[in-house]
Amino acid sequence: MEKASPPLRCFRESHSSELFSDDGVQTVTSREQRKVECSIQEVYSVYQQIHTSPQPALLREQHYHYLKKGLRHLSDAYECLDASRPWLCYWILHSLELLEEPVPAAVASDVCQFLARCQSPTGGFSGGPGQHAHLAPTYAAVNALCILGTEEAFKVINRERLLDFLYSVKQPDCSFVMHVGGEVDVRSAYCAASVASLTNIITPTLFDGTHNWILSCQNWEGGLGGVPGLEAHGGYTFCGTAALVILGKEHMLDLKALLRWVTSKQMRFEGGFQGRCNKLVDGCYSFWQAGLLPLLHRALFKEGDSTLSESSWMFEREALQEYILLCCQNPVQLFHRTHNYMHIYIYIYIYIYIIQSISLGTNSMTFYLFLTQSFTHLVYKILIKVHT
Amino acid sequence: SLPPPTIPAGTRLEPTTFGVMSSFYEVLVKCLGHLTSNSINCYLMCLFFYFRDRKEWADLEPVPQDDGPNPVVKIAYSEKFTDVFDMFRALLKNDEKSERAFALTAEAIDLNAANYTVWHYRRVLLQALDKDLREEMNYVTAIIEDQPKNYQVWHHRRMVVEWLNDPSEELQFVAEILSQDAKNYHAWQHRQWVMQEYKLWDGELEYVEELLEEDVRNNSAWNQRHFVINHTSGYSDSSILDREVQYTLKQIKKAPHNESAWNYLNGILQDGGLSSYPGLLEQVTELQDTCSSPYLTAFLVDLYEDALETNSSSYDQQEMLSKALELCKFLAEEKDTIRREYWNYLSRSLQNTYGSGDPVSASSDPPPPPSSSQQPDMEPSDP
Repeated sequence: MEKASPPLRCFRESHSSELFSDDGVQTVTSREQRKVECSIQEVYSVYQQIHTSPQPALLREQHYHYLKKGLRHLSDAYECLDASRPWLCYWILHSLELLEEPVPAAVASDVCQFLARCQSPTGGFSGGPGQHAHLAPTYAAVNALCILGTEEAFKVINRERLLDFLYSVKQPDCSFVMHVGGEVDVRSAYCAASVASLTNIITPTLFDGTHNWILSCQNWEGGLGGVPGLEAHGGYTFCGTAALVILGKEHMLDLKALLRWVTSKQMRFEGGFQGRCNKLVDGCYSFWQAGLLPLLHRALFKEGDSTLSESSWMFEREALQEYILLCCQNPVQLFHRTHNYMHIYIYIYIYIYIIQSISLGTNSMTFYLFLTQSFTHLVYKILIKVHT
Repeated sequence: SLPPPTIPAGTRLEPTTFGVMSSFYEVLVKCLGHLTSNSINCYLMCLFFYFRDRKEWADLEPVPQDDGPNPVVKIAYSEKFTDVFDMFRALLKNDEKSERAFALTAEAIDLNAANYTVWHYRRVLLQALDKDLREEMNYVTAIIEDQPKNYQVWHHRRMVVEWLNDPSEELQFVAEILSQDAKNYHAWQHRQWVMQEYKLWDGELEYVEELLEEDVRNNSAWNQRHFVINHTSGYSDSSILDREVQYTLKQIKKAPHNESAWNYLNGILQDGGLSSYPGLLEQVTELQDTCSSPYLTAFLVDLYEDALETNSSSYDQQEMLSKALELCKFLAEEKDTIRREYWNYLSRSLQNTYGSGDPVSASSDPPPPPSSSQQPDMEPSDP
């Protein structure tokens, strides 16, 4: 006999006590926050009315069809991502992988050939055929190829030229610009560290000093900003922390301060995460912020911390799950405030991967590995070992 | 009789970048559609005249995008988008450095301001053609106003400022953008760069206070406060630190549930140590009656922890620990349950480090299946 499902956290009586307290002092921040909370309350009430079963579900079929279609065709609304097409490949392939939907061999081959057209003769990958190389599409292309994981995919990458490209964007202060003649911020270090470690091209000098530059991005709040001096921000904090993990230098962060900062970013009412203090919840931070917790868990463990939980990460799983499934999943209601559908998908699926695996009690090592360098990295490394 | 006038299905006539209302033209086109609908008449109607049809471009063969025979993530570009970028690719291929190339980059940017390759090319042309950089400042100002959350536009502005070596308009410009969105990350980044590069620190603390007056919850402003003081007086001077502590407590009293203020208070006292600042424990404890919040409680936990860490003789260590644990429990179970896992971890951590007696068990939940969990030997080896 089935046990009655526990009531959702957001439908509990006490949940309204989590609404934002403005102390009678209204500002732009408090008004914006209250607006979002109101929209979400509407979502909850609509959900309660139309659903007999209280457990929200991941709409796998719909997501699969949406992703499958997008891998081939996208509307003109995506013109603004014409300089980020490898990202579109990566988001879609990663989501399909998480959904455990296979990519047909012909499609995989087409993706390889497309990404090969995005590779610059001077190394690295660009946003589209004929564009200049840039660290972000380089990250996306290399990771997409690793997800495909075929001989053809690995062969696309010109490792020697890639190393040339990485050296060409390295700065005297050990940071990296995103592209030749481009801007610096901590995303670049993560993109560089990720692709260099995946393709095993790290030389003794490539990241010399980079960890110190990244560390200088940690600020008084405990999180990391885009460059030293800037406000702590979820996206940049993930990039900086993950880069340090790849470089083996994460212990040099003030881990306690970082842990306090990131756990504070989970919104008590919405359940999702904000990117910065006193800003609004957004689906994408389900990854950038929540994804930090397994990284920190591992980092603290490596430091000899014996008081870490053996069963959960340090965020409220149910709350995040409800936020994503109830508030982010319906593409008609764009109040869920994500950048575009592709962003939603990757973040949702990474999240669901963590959650499902936790509820099945799977070996937590896979999460450490997954989020340290992403599952694909591990697969690539295994394949490299097998082939050499 | 004549068949009714129609416009062939799929014809899209777009206004130029001169900002004409497209609906007006839709009406006009419907009226005139029976006369002609090809692109020459679009030109006559001041609608978009494709580059491939312009006689000043006739010598250049457009280069279509090489997506291969079986494209993936294929975007359904508009006719105009294809036309402009086909021509851009032609220019790039020939490495053409001309006025017409410069004009085309503006069209390309208008269609996709995130195309960093176009911006780079525009910068090459600015130098090669020795263009008026003041005019370029006007141009990038307009683009940023329109699309203030784009990386490329701000980077371009920075380059032009550097070439001109003239930051004189920057602080005012950024303030303008911040008046529309007081937390725009790119804007703050640009502002900090200008200030550091050109040593423009004067008046910034006053500016920050204005912003905090408007919205005491503006975390970007609190960060800027820290940035300014850090780069000018620093916090080691006790009169500065006192001023900041008093300022922050004042803001806390106005809005006790403002997380930014509490984080700032914590942030500026980290170096000296929360428990070392005279009278702080008393001041904060006093606030509990009128200004209670999870942030206040968390601050007290931090203070107690600092007392324990520094093994301060001013405090009874046992009392510090028991109070800290009590508050962690209160937060985990009642006042900040969303962070239950964290507060319970902190509790165990404090108990483990400062407690005497039995080692603390990590969790009351059933353990995971026996495995190599938490053992690092399966990890990929460090590079």
